[in-house]
Amino acid sequence: MTPTMTKGRAPRGSSPERRVRRNMVKIFWLETKYEFLKNLRLPIYSLSTLLFPVMFYIFFGLSFGQGSIGPVSAALYYAVTYGAFGIIGAALFGFGVTVAVERGQGWMRLKRACPMPPLAYFVAKIIMSLLFGAMIILTLLLLGALFGGLQITIPKGALLVTVLMAGALPFCAIGLAIGYLVGPNSAPAIVNLVYLPMAFAAGLWIPIQALPRFIQGLAPLLPTYHFAQLALGVIGASQGGSAWLHLGVLAAYATVFLLLALFLYFRDEGKTYG
Amino acid sequence: MMTTQPPQETPAKVTVAALHSVSRYYGKVCALQDVSLEIRAGKVMALLGPNGAGKTTAVNLLLGLMRPTRGEATLFGRTPNHPQSRVRVGAMLQISGVPATLKVREHIDLFRSYYPDPLPLAELLDIAGLIGLEERVYGKLSGGQKQRLHLALTLAGNPDLLFLDEPTTGLDVTTRRALWAQVRRVIRQGRTVVLTTHYLEEADALADRIALLDHGVIIAEGTPAEIKARTANRRIRCLTRSAPSWIAELAGVSSVRRDGQATEILATNAEEVVLELLQADPSLRELEVSNARLEDAFLALTRQQGEKV
Repeated sequence: MTPTMTKGRAPRGSSPERRVRRNMVKIFWLETKYEFLKNLRLPIYSLSTLLFPVMFYIFFGLSFGQGSIGPVSAALYYAVTYGAFGIIGAALFGFGVTVAVERGQGWMRLKRACPMPPLAYFVAKIIMSLLFGAMIILTLLLLGALFGGLQITIPKGALLVTVLMAGALPFCAIGLAIGYLVGPNSAPAIVNLVYLPMAFAAGLWIPIQALPRFIQGLAPLLPTYHFAQLALGVIGASQGGSAWLHLGVLAAYATVFLLLALFLYFRDEGKTYG
Repeated sequence: MMTTQPPQETPAKVTVAALHSVSRYYGKVCALQDVSLEIRAGKVMALLGPNGAGKTTAVNLLLGLMRPTRGEATLFGRTPNHPQSRVRVGAMLQISGVPATLKVREHIDLFRSYYPDPLPLAELLDIAGLIGLEERVYGKLSGGQKQRLHLALTLAGNPDLLFLDEPTTGLDVTTRRALWAQVRRVIRQGRTVVLTTHYLEEADALADRIALLDHGVIIAEGTPAEIKARTANRRIRCLTRSAPSWIAELAGVSSVRRDGQATEILATNAEEVVLELLQADPSLRELEVSNARLEDAFLALTRQQGEKV
């Protein structure tokens, strides 16, 4: 029966093989491009993820930060912590809220009915989050250099940006799981409830040394703490834990939440939406 | 008008999609019960039924968006979620929207990339009546325009088989009729269509065959004319003092219903029933006899089903 059915397309020279051989590079490229444009044009995403870290950095990092924190200038220290704060936000909102909204709309269901490779959807969101993260970090470093006397060598700066961007991945996984757990209306609130306390307790707003003792004791349980320490380690301003430990904890968080998201994704398949 | 070559007419005997004794449960709730259905090439099949009858479940099963609890669904002879099936299908699902900040052109561009043989952008804009709106973001479109963009996305891959799941729900009458015109144009290109609707008028206007679904069961299947003929041939409407219970006892009467002041009777032998009515009540007024509408058939069939249970 199959050959009969494809007969209609024969004049255009297509075989069943050709029909499924789509241009994967093009799909991934367009999916990423439009994911980026979609969020860039959405003020609630682009303004809040870009402006808040920049604003906080100007208020707390640059206006107070004439001195030094540990071995480095306040301008550099805060560029790292607010950079981490920013990229975590880009990842959590870029996944948590958009996935919840797109599930709620039925957009995901429509995409699943298409021959779109499901991976394209998720890769596009990761790249989009990382691009926003990169914009945040570079803006902070530039502002610090211009107005806060921030100095960093090019190789160290490049390593710092790389570490900060890579560190966004576990938060993409956490965001994804939230996106599958909660509805579109509650997603922004839930993401903020996870995001803001975890950022505060990890010392992303105020240096961790200045936080109350019991919060300092709790911080090593949080992925945000290990992310911050890993990035601060690049500029020699961490509390001195092993980089491998930080990496290990972040990898564990990424794995657990990715598995949770996968479980929820397949559970969703059985429902009328998702 | 721009045209690329539409899918050629395939013999109507070919089954492009089917449900074989399919049941689907959500927990303990049965959405479809032992349903068998064959979608023939080049035809428009309407799944007609009230909300909750199982229409969307049937579409989800045929599209491979969910698995049957029992039985088997096939699409182009394969399991529905096979990539080679997916590239030949377009689905207009009941969605509340697509991302609001992307433009019409961008949405279509993205969907075209998923398929090996997409229709050209200009042709999609033309079919869906979106010319001039390419640069408008989705969030700024009217309800009808949004629905037309959904139709354009459905057609992006030049599909052989289209699923239209309640395509005109929530649209006003004018917009609905405009969308029907667009759907008819798509049908004329020889594509196969599965349409779900709870508008009888819509099924009557577009479909070659209708499957009537009620409570997860197909209670009748056939051409719109056959479905109408399945029950009363004629519909009698009048103002009379005769009691409905007495009318219901007359030979050939299948149902009697009060509609405000008026009495509505469905009967196979309208002339004889009218004669009896006039003899019993010479003051009978405003007599109308007409062919049964699909709605009458639907009501009668669902009622018969109710009585059987």
